[in-house]
Amino acid sequence: MRPAQPGQLRPTPSQQGRPRPGQEPAGQLRLGQEPTGQPRPTRSRLVMVLLALALVAAVLVSLALGRYPISPADAASMIVSRLTGLAGSFTDQQQALFFNVRLPRILLAAVVGASLSAAGAAFQGIFQNPLVSPDFLGASQGAALGACVAILAGATALGVSLSAFVVSMAAVGLVLLVSSRARGNRVLVTVLAGIMVKSLFEAGVSYTKLVADPSNELQAITFWLLGSFNGAKASDLALVAAPVAVGLVGLLAMRWRLNVLTMPDDEALSMGVDAPRVRALAVVFSALVTAASVAVSGLIGWVGLVVPHLARGLVGSDYRALLPTSTLLGATFLLVVDDIARLALTSEIPIGILTSVVGAPFFLWLIVRRGRR
Amino acid sequence: MGIKVSSLSFSYGGRPVLDDVSLSVPDGTLACVLGPNGVGKTTLFRCILGLERPDRGTVCVNGRDLATLSVVQRAREMAFVPQSHAQPFDYDVLDVVLMSASSRLGPLRSPGRREREAALAALERVGVAELAHRSFSQISGGERQLVLIARAIAQDARSIVMDEPTSALDFGNTARVMGVVRELADDGLAVVASTHQPDLAYLYADVVLALDEGRVRACGAPGEVVTAELLSELYGLDVEVTSLHGDRARACVPVRGLRRRGEKNGVPAGRGADVAAGEDRGGRESLT
Repeated sequence: MRPAQPGQLRPTPSQQGRPRPGQEPAGQLRLGQEPTGQPRPTRSRLVMVLLALALVAAVLVSLALGRYPISPADAASMIVSRLTGLAGSFTDQQQALFFNVRLPRILLAAVVGASLSAAGAAFQGIFQNPLVSPDFLGASQGAALGACVAILAGATALGVSLSAFVVSMAAVGLVLLVSSRARGNRVLVTVLAGIMVKSLFEAGVSYTKLVADPSNELQAITFWLLGSFNGAKASDLALVAAPVAVGLVGLLAMRWRLNVLTMPDDEALSMGVDAPRVRALAVVFSALVTAASVAVSGLIGWVGLVVPHLARGLVGSDYRALLPTSTLLGATFLLVVDDIARLALTSEIPIGILTSVVGAPFFLWLIVRRGRR
Repeated sequence: MGIKVSSLSFSYGGRPVLDDVSLSVPDGTLACVLGPNGVGKTTLFRCILGLERPDRGTVCVNGRDLATLSVVQRAREMAFVPQSHAQPFDYDVLDVVLMSASSRLGPLRSPGRREREAALAALERVGVAELAHRSFSQISGGERQLVLIARAIAQDARSIVMDEPTSALDFGNTARVMGVVRELADDGLAVVASTHQPDLAYLYADVVLALDEGRVRACGAPGEVVTAELLSELYGLDVEVTSLHGDRARACVPVRGLRRRGEKNGVPAGRGADVAAGEDRGGRESLT
């Protein structure tokens, strides 16, 4: 027998394994992957360090940007003085603007971007589908209904956020309950249950719009649905802190297990990973961060779908690198987009519109570029 | 110890799929399961892997009843090699092999240097060490199958179950993969593999199980099972089994395929007639 040479073992594509539902053997959607010269771990570590630096830089620059300019030096000295109690060379007005308006907004944009991107990356892996976004289990539609009902009831901003969070978790819980009762392919059933529950909650949102008072309530509902960080407060940060911290830490802790979940369940089980149970845990963590984010920011689309693909293009599909990369990239991305939203025009552009305008063409470009190569 | 299946029965939606199936695969043994499509080979394997709970009967792996083992304990006793398939996401070959470290690591730990070395050693053992940093989706089907076998080796279990490991492979890759599988058994593992090619089962296996309509049609040494009579009955068409190389190998050929082109019936003419009348006629008689 001749010695095996690379390139000698090459069956035709049609012979490579039996196709499974949702997995095409050839020409499958695999976006943004570049061949890499360096070994993956070294390269991934470098990418993560650079992204962390970029996030810090973006935060500092964003703090300085605005209709009332604050220099980065002032910003830094205000933070130092707040932490240490030392006096600084800035006015009370500057300080009020900085701590009550600008800092919460910037932190919230970064936290929401990080959350949506981490949850999106996790969902794509655990449902073995690259087209899944963090709200496909109904988290966004649930939050929307919760917010709309609270607005109709005349709740405060905090009440609206709380109601959105609770109903959002309830929507995800309903989807999981239905899918756990159903027979058949668990992933497929979950996706179908998600579509149905989403559509149910969308109907509810439409009805609240119909009965809302057009002069004020309808406006509030419409603006909430578009998504915005306008009016972000420290109390919003306090609201999202706990669920986001629990969810993100949980997802990051199990990030290597997410790799195994991208394999068919039978294989994961035979490798010692209780796939249904681990998946349920990952869904709960992802739902927590998504619901908390949507509750304070409104509907911000595309981030949770596009950023994980960008991150995959940078570091590959290994969740040990992909999840932190996606988180860092998402924080930076949404922060920059929010800067554009508040600075580009004299009046604020709702960020949900911007992410769609940026995200959809970008995603199309990724697909087309993939097809050409 | 190996894998021991005792009077296993399984039905799906009231329809019996497996009926009183028994199979014993001691350590150091390669067992091949033969049978037409849809006779319950896959179900049998799913029961052996603990993915389905049988109605009756037990599966013991290395002396431990499967029903009493957790997912992690099962994975420590037994590894699974699926048919090579496409992935929705792409991984380096090394990362695919590393996934099998799950059963040895705590729920929050990631594989470290030791697991990486075990993975590289497993790739080395099946002869594809040079693929470690290639992408799993860009290697050939034969290479993928070898990588999946390496993953099972890295799992460090004493028993391995393989679902049609060669069904999508060309002639050369089939020989390479079966050679590796044979070596694993020779090294002391208990291996169960399903195959559609009786001649492969005869050439490589120590035990052959012929499954028919969910029942054991025959189970024993390859020489007793891979015979013209049994294969003809099992697959529902006339099969000629010819002994080759002093019965080290057997060729299994459907009789219809032996006819000359254009010939309606009867024994092939020319060289074929010599073969049929001569040594191989004798060989066949000894096998039926």
